[in-house]
Amino acid sequence: MIKAILVFNNHGKPRLTKFYQHFPEDVQHQIIRETFHLVSKRDDSVCNFLEGGTLIGGSDYRLIYRHYATLYFVFCVDSSESELGILDLIQSVCESPTIWSLAVKVHYILSELVMGGMVLETNMTEIITRIEEQNQLEKQE
Amino acid sequence: MALKKVKGTLERVLDKNLQDLVRGIRNHKENESKYIAECIDEIKQELKQDNLAIKANAVNKLTYLQMLGYDISWAAFNIIEVMSSTKFTFKRIGYLAASQSFHEETDVLMLTTNMIRKDMSSQNMYDSGVALNGLSCFITPDLARDLANDIMTLMTSSRPYLRKKAVLIMYKVFLQFPEALRPAFPRLKEKLEDPDPGVQSAAVNVICELARKNPKNYLSLAPLFFKLMTTSTNNWVLIKIIKLFSALTPLEPRLGKKLIEPLTNLIHSTSAMSLLYECINTVIAVLVSISSGIPNHTASIQLCVQKLRILIEDSDQNLKYLGLLAMSRILATHPKSVQGHKDLILQCLDDRDESIRLRALDLLYGMVSKKNLMEIVKKLMVHMDKAEGSHYRDELLSKTIEICSQSNYQYVTNFEWYVSILVELTRMEGTKHGKLIANQMLDVAIRVQAIRHFAVSQMAILLENSHLLANNSQRNGICEVLHAAAWICGEFSEHLSNPKATLEAMLKPKITSLPGHIQSIFVQNILKLYGKILKAAEAKEDDSLKKEVHTLLQEKLPVFIQSGDLEVQERACSILQIVKYIMKLEEKGAAVADEVENLYAGELNPVAPKAQKKVPVPEGLDLDKWINEAPDDSSDEEVPGNTFFLTTEDEHRSSYQHGDESRPTYEPTEEELEKRKAIRKTEVEHNPHYLKDDGKGHKPRHKDAFDAKDIPVAEIDLSVPLHVPGLSSSDKYMVLQQKTEKAHKGKKEKGKKKKKKGKGKTQAEESDEDEVAAVHTVSTIVDAPEGMAGSDHEDDKKSGDVYKALDINLD
Repeated sequence: MIKAILVFNNHGKPRLTKFYQHFPEDVQHQIIRETFHLVSKRDDSVCNFLEGGTLIGGSDYRLIYRHYATLYFVFCVDSSESELGILDLIQSVCESPTIWSLAVKVHYILSELVMGGMVLETNMTEIITRIEEQNQLEKQE
Repeated sequence: MALKKVKGTLERVLDKNLQDLVRGIRNHKENESKYIAECIDEIKQELKQDNLAIKANAVNKLTYLQMLGYDISWAAFNIIEVMSSTKFTFKRIGYLAASQSFHEETDVLMLTTNMIRKDMSSQNMYDSGVALNGLSCFITPDLARDLANDIMTLMTSSRPYLRKKAVLIMYKVFLQFPEALRPAFPRLKEKLEDPDPGVQSAAVNVICELARKNPKNYLSLAPLFFKLMTTSTNNWVLIKIIKLFSALTPLEPRLGKKLIEPLTNLIHSTSAMSLLYECINTVIAVLVSISSGIPNHTASIQLCVQKLRILIEDSDQNLKYLGLLAMSRILATHPKSVQGHKDLILQCLDDRDESIRLRALDLLYGMVSKKNLMEIVKKLMVHMDKAEGSHYRDELLSKTIEICSQSNYQYVTNFEWYVSILVELTRMEGTKHGKLIANQMLDVAIRVQAIRHFAVSQMAILLENSHLLANNSQRNGICEVLHAAAWICGEFSEHLSNPKATLEAMLKPKITSLPGHIQSIFVQNILKLYGKILKAAEAKEDDSLKKEVHTLLQEKLPVFIQSGDLEVQERACSILQIVKYIMKLEEKGAAVADEVENLYAGELNPVAPKAQKKVPVPEGLDLDKWINEAPDDSSDEEVPGNTFFLTTEDEHRSSYQHGDESRPTYEPTEEELEKRKAIRKTEVEHNPHYLKDDGKGHKPRHKDAFDAKDIPVAEIDLSVPLHVPGLSSSDKYMVLQQKTEKAHKGKKEKGKKKKKKGKGKTQAEESDEDEVAAVHTVSTIVDAPEGMAGSDHEDDKKSGDVYKALDINLD
């Protein structure tokens, strides 16, 4: 299961945060800070897996992250998720140009991907179709 | 009235939307919190309006602020208002805010049940979608119970989009309302064969999550999953199923046997690294669970190790990391297959990436054997010298000690070598493992009797150079080693070659810069050494030696009396008094060295870890009873100060109760000493663990040609590692072992001859794997209350209550 998805920039400012387990706001903020601290120390040439921090999860949890130009995408997952699979997921989402042109509503995009901490859909075309339809709905109203 | 309306519209035009908010925050970097506070006030005003569009905008902004760390729970009711809008856009905004901030404690959640129900059955597919999504984040037991049926209906909707979401959310429903699992399960099973691949993978996902926590309930599904595995082409589904199998095989070995073939096929055929990795993992899990070999058991292990080697050698750091991770799982059960790749793993220790280095370190831990321990530790020490980060260096240090001390020092064949390693480690400044090294020294010195002489000589050298180590006096720093050194020299002083020199070393004024707890050990052991010297002097009737020692102590001890640390002061005072009294007795001609020595008679053994808990409560003792009568309500009784501090006959306490001037010096009379001696003797008789002290004087051994005065006393810059002449180097033991091995191999055909190494006892351990003889034996005696069984397995792991509730038989 996915415990949290965090997106923040090179200075640690959160751009998108989704927690699939409840934490009060100040703890969430601490988690973001701690994760940023761990991830920003890493060179770009090292592996993308980190044994997690102390606040989020315990020994069963890992951080899987990817760094794109100015953004860090971090998934905190437990052992039921495939590490390479999640990495592929982040990659295919981030490198799809269509996604970013619709990018303002990143939360809504994310909700087509992951729901309740579990991966919902991995087929890119399906995801994009849904997002576009919902955008249409919005325009019509 | 009209004016109000116009005013209102104008204000609305000026309302900030989310983009403006974000831009505004970025523009107000200096006074961000003030700006945000203003924005929140504006939002509060907007929320008071009737217009739903305005409210939705406000809630949208609140969602962003929540991400920055601000609590928005005060707006919960407004969020629900927005959720109930008929417009999809607003509804979506409301549900998003809810999913980010609602949780079990949110009171207004009970208002949402019907709304969610209505949304789920809406004509518009996306309305239901949004509701399901939001629900998955804030579902509570009440909501789960009330909405379970509606969600189950959705599982059979005509639209795959909704079926998929409904199936996935059932997992969350089960977590909150476990009773739903049994009725929902048949339908869930059906979805495993749903025509739509998305729905199918959602079903696989849910069942895999459930099965990981309670695998035995899902064993009956194994054939179905097997079929799916061989027919599906979706990598995600395959991965989930294969991971599920690795959780199931420990329970059903026959399943494992059937899996080997399709998995091996997949390993050979797939091009997806993620799938390959999971297959390898599961094969490992299968082979671990199968106890007796299947015909191609070793072939499969070899295949896995081979593939993993390819992963580790890959330039992609991620694959390296995962390869090492999987190797460590194989290591647990098939260490031989992995040991052949030791070179590769040692190479990984050099990697730039800290995660990889740590993984390699973990692997090393399992790969040691008696033969290669010295070699591996040597390599680790080299790494420690080169290591950049002190964190990594500390990791290496603690891992080295772990490797050596595991299983009661199973792999250490020569304890002299180990002691020299420990001493070399003291050169590692800036480490926070000083205590660890000190503990190891103590442990080895206490439990390996044969090595005591060597250990004591090394410790004496350390003491004589304590001014070098004392510079670094941070807590838990390397100065902790002096604690061990002092104690060992004091306790096993019979091995000291020059006790007087050591005594002088312990009395150096530099010692006072050490932390208090170390100083107190020094003071205590000074008395032990003093007793030893006195005994020797009496035996030789060397009065001048006695006088020398007495003056030495009288000069140097007072420095400790002025210490700021309570314990040090206390001990120094008592010891000074004892020394003064003994001097008086000596002048009268009485030989009291025996009594002094008896103060420290007896062998100290390590205490078993759970011994304290196992001490039986004596009969008649009721710990829950009030000791005194329960206190009255009137609490202003004056308690005279004296009764707080009990006046005992203990000489230590009394010196603090009265001021310095009127310190009654409690001098043990002759009768007291006799009484103590008698009590001690009876204790020694009854305790089976004490070794009787037969008072044999030990002749001081001939020390190596080394003179303390040769060491330069100048303060050296500690950025350069310490080199202290006289401390033995560990290399010579390694060379010795290698030579011995070669000799052993040669002599094997001629029959077994025991070879004496140095002064230790030889115990030729004929094990199958390696025939390296262990030089010294490790004692395993521990102190414990009588009748204590072996350490209990006290289960104190936190049980996953949620998952336990889901542990139901589904057949």
